[in-house]
Amino acid sequence: MAAGATYEPIATTTLSSAAASITFSSIPATYTDLRLVLTATSSTAGADVQIQFNGTTTAYSHTYMYGSGSAAASGQVTGATYIYLDYLVGLSTTIPSLYEVDIFSYAGSTFKTLLNRTAEDRNGSGEVLASVGLWRNTAAITSIYLFLSAYNFATGTIATLYGIKAA
Amino acid sequence: MANTYTLIEAQTLASSAASVTFSAIPATYTDLVLRVSVRRDASGRQDLRLAVNGSTSDGSNTWLQGSGAAATSGTSTAQYVRINNIVPSTAETASTFGSAEFYLPSYLASANKPISGFGVGENNATTAYIGAVASLYSQTTAISSLVLSLATGSFDIGSSFYLYGIKNS
Repeated sequence: MAAGATYEPIATTTLSSAAASITFSSIPATYTDLRLVLTATSSTAGADVQIQFNGTTTAYSHTYMYGSGSAAASGQVTGATYIYLDYLVGLSTTIPSLYEVDIFSYAGSTFKTLLNRTAEDRNGSGEVLASVGLWRNTAAITSIYLFLSAYNFATGTIATLYGIKAA
Repeated sequence: MANTYTLIEAQTLASSAASVTFSAIPATYTDLVLRVSVRRDASGRQDLRLAVNGSTSDGSNTWLQGSGAAATSGTSTAQYVRINNIVPSTAETASTFGSAEFYLPSYLASANKPISGFGVGENNATTAYIGAVASLYSQTTAISSLVLSLATGSFDIGSSFYLYGIKNS
C-alpha cells in the first residue's frame, strides 16, 4: 500500500443558524470513496433527511431495513427524486440523529451506490435503519445536497465529508 | 492534508478478561470509532455491552436483529449501550469471533450523544446473529472512557479491541 493519508476530511459544515439544506460542492475526484457523517437536529421534530447528487432529481432508488423498537421491516423505493436517509422517526429538536453514508467509486463512470446507517434512539423509542441506495447516473459525483422533507436543520448540526483513498 | 483516522489504543487479550477499558481518551478528536473482535471464554452466547464513562444506566438502545431465521426489533433504556447476541461462546464453532463497530460522533460535545453500533456473530451454524443498534448516551459530559464487557462471563484470549480518533478538520 502506498504511504500517506487515506482518510481525509474534505469539508465540514457546522450550522451557526438554521438552514434548509447543506451542500458539499466542487468535490475533488482524487479519492476512491466518500464518507459523509451527519449529526443533525431540526427546527421542528419529524423531518426526514434526504440526499441528492450533482443537483439531479431523477434516477434514484433505495432498499432499506429498519427496526422501530417494536417491529422489523424492509422495503424499497424506485423511480425516486432523492434517497431517503430516514424512514419512520425523523429528526428531533433536541436529540441528535446520526447518519453514516458511504458513497462508493463516486468518481467512476458506472452507476453510483451508497450504504447508509441511521441511528435515532430517543431513550425508549426510536429507529435504527440500514439502507442501500442507487443513483443510475454515470457522471462523477461532484456535489452532494442534503435537505429535509420539511422544516430546517437546526443550529449545531454538523456534516463532514471525508475522502477515502484505496491506496 | 493530514490523515485524520488515528489509532488511539489497541488491546489484544493474552488472558481472559471480564472487561476491557479505554480510559483517559484524549480530547483532541472530533469522533471516535471502536472496533472489536470478541469471543466468550465459556458456554453461552452473549450481548456486547459498552459502558460510556463507566455508566451502566445512561444508555438506551433501539435495535434491529437478525437470527438467520427472523428479524426482530426492540428498545431498552437505563442501561449499557449494547449489541445483542453477537459474541460467540465456546458452544459455537471454534475460533469464531464476533465483530462489531461503534461510531461515537462529537464525543466532546456538551449534549446527549447518539451512538451507532453494528455487529455480527456468524459461526457457520444454524443460529447466528447480526445486529444494528441506534443508541443514546443521555449525558452531556464529554466521553473520556469506554468499558466493554459481557452480561455474563469473560472475553476469551485473542479478543481484540481498537479505538480510533477522527478529526473533521
